[in-house]
Formats: sequence, C-alpha cells, structure tokens
Amino acid sequence: MADATAPYRIRGETGEWEVVIGLEVHAQVTSNAKLFSRAATAFGAEPNTQVSLVDAAMPGMLPVPNRECIRQAVRTGMALAATINRWSRFDRKNYFYADLPQGYQISQLYHPLVGEGTVHVLTDEKDEGSAKAIGIERIHVEQDAGKLMHDQHPTMSYVDLNRCGVALMEIVSKPDMRSPAEAGAYLRKLRAILRYVGSCDGNMEEGSMRADVNVSVRRPGDPFGTRTETKNVNSVRFVQAVIEHEARRQIEVLEEGGAVLQETRLYDPGRQETRSLRSKEDAHDYRYFPDPDLLPLELDDAFLADCRASLPELPDAKRKRFELMGMSAYNASVLTAEVETASWFDVLLSHGVDPKQAANWVVAELFGALNRLGVSIAECPVSPAHAAELLKLVADGTISGSIAKTVFEKMLESGDPAGAIVEGEGLRQTSDTGAIDAEIERILGANADKVEQYRAGKQQLFGFFVGQTMKAMAGKANPQVVNERLRAKLG
Amino acid sequence: MSVDTATVRHIARLARLKMSDAEVEAMVPELNNILGWVEQLGEVDTDGVEPLTAVIDLGLRLRDDRVTDGGIQDEVLANAPEAQHGFFAVPKVIE
Repeated sequence: MADATAPYRIRGETGEWEVVIGLEVHAQVTSNAKLFSRAATAFGAEPNTQVSLVDAAMPGMLPVPNRECIRQAVRTGMALAATINRWSRFDRKNYFYADLPQGYQISQLYHPLVGEGTVHVLTDEKDEGSAKAIGIERIHVEQDAGKLMHDQHPTMSYVDLNRCGVALMEIVSKPDMRSPAEAGAYLRKLRAILRYVGSCDGNMEEGSMRADVNVSVRRPGDPFGTRTETKNVNSVRFVQAVIEHEARRQIEVLEEGGAVLQETRLYDPGRQETRSLRSKEDAHDYRYFPDPDLLPLELDDAFLADCRASLPELPDAKRKRFELMGMSAYNASVLTAEVETASWFDVLLSHGVDPKQAANWVVAELFGALNRLGVSIAECPVSPAHAAELLKLVADGTISGSIAKTVFEKMLESGDPAGAIVEGEGLRQTSDTGAIDAEIERILGANADKVEQYRAGKQQLFGFFVGQTMKAMAGKANPQVVNERLRAKLG
Repeated sequence: MSVDTATVRHIARLARLKMSDAEVEAMVPELNNILGWVEQLGEVDTDGVEPLTAVIDLGLRLRDDRVTDGGIQDEVLANAPEAQHGFFAVPKVIE
C-alpha cells in the first residue's frame, strides 16, 4: 500500500517533478432570494421565471444586497478560522457575454469579505500522520451568471437567466496542495464544512459547487513554475483527473524545451484532456472598478456575534469528541464526514447507547443495509430511537449479536421497534442452563469421534461444538453460557 | 495618459462594438480630450487623503431574504430581439 505521507512525484523523461495546486471553489450560497434581487434561487424552474428586472439589467435598476448571503459567507469564513473583514466593498468585473446582461459581474476584487483561513485535511482517514493544513487566501461574494444552452437549436444559443444573480462564494486556496489526493481531500473537507454550516448544499451535479483548478509543475525545491487555470470542473474525480493530465502535459512541454503558457483551459471529460481557450484571452481585461451602485459593506459587532453563535459543531471538533468517547479514528472520521450521518448518529447517542458499540454497529450494519437498499441515511427506514432500542437489547444480553442482525433485517422491512419483534418472534436469548445442557449432551453424543479428537488435542474443534449448540438453540442461547457449559463438559 | 487607434479598437472589441476606421479615428481625440480633462484632478495634492468610496455618509443597506419578485418571463423577454420557448435566443456563441 502506498504511504500517504510520502511526497507525490511524477517521473518524467529527465527526472522527478513536483506538482503545485491551488483551487478556486465557487460555492452557491444557500438563500431563498438572489444576492442583489428579490427573485428566487431554486434549481430547475422554467426558464427566465426567476428573473427580476435587476437580474435582466434593465436600465435604472439598483442592486440591494441580501443580508442572508452576507451572513452565510461570514459564517463560512468563521468555520474556516478565517479573518472576517468588517469593511469590504463590491467591484465590477467587466466582460461581455450572452449569459451576463449587465455586462459586468458584481464581485469583490480589492476588499473581499473574508481573508486568510485554514482547512485541515487527512489524505488517509485512518492515518493521523497524513494530516495537512491547506491555507485559504480569501473568500469573496459575487453574482453567478446565467446558463447558455447550445444544443437546442442549429444556429442559436438559448439563454436562461434564472441562475443570473444567484450568490456565490469564491473560496480561494493558497497554492498549498501537492498531489491529486490532497486536492481531493481538500475539496471533500471543504464541502463537508459548507454542508455542516449550511451555507452551501454542496451539490456538485447541480453545479452548486465547482472548481477552477490552478496547476503548475517544478523540480522539487525550485520556485513555482508557470500555472494554468482549468475552469469549471464539477466533481472531485474530474479535479483529480485535471491535475494528473495537466501536470503530465506541462512536464512534456518543459522536457521538450518549451515553456508553459499562463492560460485558461477547459477540461473535456469525454476525451480526458484539457485544452486551451485561446479565444478568451481578451476576456482577461476585466477593467475592475468599485461598483458605484453599492456603498461599502460594514459589519457591526452584533451581526458578527450572531454569525458566530449560529455555527454548529464542526467536523473536526465532532470527530475529536467521538474519538474521546472511545471510537476508532476511522469510525470517528466516517461518522463525521457527512452532516446527515453525524446528525443521525448524534441523535442515536442521545438515547444513551454505548458510543463504541453504536459506532461499530452504524459503520458495519447500518451502512451496509443502506448500501444494499440504495438509500441515504436521511431516508433510513429505522429511526435512531429504534436503533438505540436494538443496541440496548444486545448490550443487556436480551438478544445475541447474531440475533440482532435478524431483528435489524425485520426492522428494516416492517419499521417495527426491536423489542416488539423480539417478543413477537420469541427471539429472546436464553441462559437456561438446563435447555443448553440438554442440547450439549445430545451433540456430544452424536459426535463422539470429534469429542475424542478434541480431547486428544484438536482444540480448534471447540468452535464446531459452539456452532452446533447455537444452531440447535436457533441462535438464542447466550454464547457465554454455551462456552462455559461446553468447557465444563469437554473437560 | 492618452489613447491611440489600437487602444480604441481594443476597447471597442471588449464592448463588442463594431466601429469603422473613420469612427475609430474620430474617437481618438474625443477620448483624449476626456482623459485630459479628468487628468486635471491629478494636480490636486491628495497625499495622506484616504480614497473616497462614496459621497454620502451612510452604510450599505441590506435586505431580508424573501422572494417577492420574478415570475415575469413575458416582461423579461419583451425586449429580446428573439425569444424561443421562454429562452432568449442569440446567435450561437459556443467555442
């Protein structure tokens, strides 16, 4: 197995190369209305039905910022332990394209809302040694553009402005990542934090989160090389593929004596390659200037205190708390990776179950069942309260671990509570030594040859006797009692 | 600061404006006049003066997160040179 802490290197024709990665993540802010207008943000509406005259950039319309969008960006900054700038300002980024009727995007170049912060990642969830801190450079708030559809008509492109003006957070990392695995860990962790905070739903298929991937290569120890930027990559897998392909391409260029051009590229998932967007070169002349329609944004103590007070327990803190309860690092990591799982598990714990037993059961049994049924934990047919009841029946010896599996299957099918199933089907575990002894006598009598072999030293046959006894007792015998009685009889 | 014909063409292209050579030639002195006029401001000594972002001493007003607009597809599309199936229809702009 590869060592997660060994530096990632790409072997070229002329030696080893290091890859340097920075990510700009565009995360759609969870809000009802748009950043500067009162039109809705919901996904999937009929075209141009969630467009106000502000979004359509009709003359004389003025933008008024949505407090919730600012609040969510500030809360996100706080969750990333970032500096919050009490004074920020909006700028116009000018470009001319059919998806942007204003002719400029309102963004924050010079004075962003959020400054430097940190995301802590593990490239290997089982190994604390793979921990790394990835720096956040800044977070600014800006408008999304509309959507263009090119495949609906032979000569026309169709424009839907429903997304135009929806609030985005652009979360800019420092060039701190050195491998596709680190970039993947960073994206997953960032997505988890956004979802815990509730500032972005993290739905990459619907485009709620997409990344611009900055990649350069260098000889280990050398200064940074020239980077390229691959735009709008919408899955963790594709981000990693972009890094691999782009690093390979740049190494080939450099090893052939060429130079990497600083340029914008596009990823083509079908052909698994990135290609240059040369025709957009001009577009980089954005002629930023402060938006005269908007005054500087100043945040007071009460606003910031409210943002801070509304933050939930974050993944790292939750994970640490779970580990202190005795759960393995792996279980704690898996249980905190998704906010829905963590919430479900916290409710389960609130019913007073043993944390370690509960963690093992959720990771092994519950996740397995959800996988089989193809449902998410939010759609789990068994409630945390019912699961707690099942775990307690095992803990107090009412049923055995193997019977618990049967009971759980029946719970998944019927939705009935564990206790009712155990009583209704007579699955209660028995410690009745009389009944157990009788079965043991019968089994030892029927397997006299094996008893002889066992007594002659074939110790591993003990398991056979246990199995036979349990089978005869339909799984309901207390395994501890079975073990004790068997040892006594076999001598 | 002054502009030449190449700069004028570049700005026109960024704004997607089609200009004839004669229009470009005419625009050069016009823009230079405006730039010269604005540059007079540079004569004022502003050392130690914070740049002004707004002339009114007010903070930015924020609005509640309520949806009270939209649902006006017809109005939004009313001025479009061409609209189809609820979309703006524009000449194909794919790379």
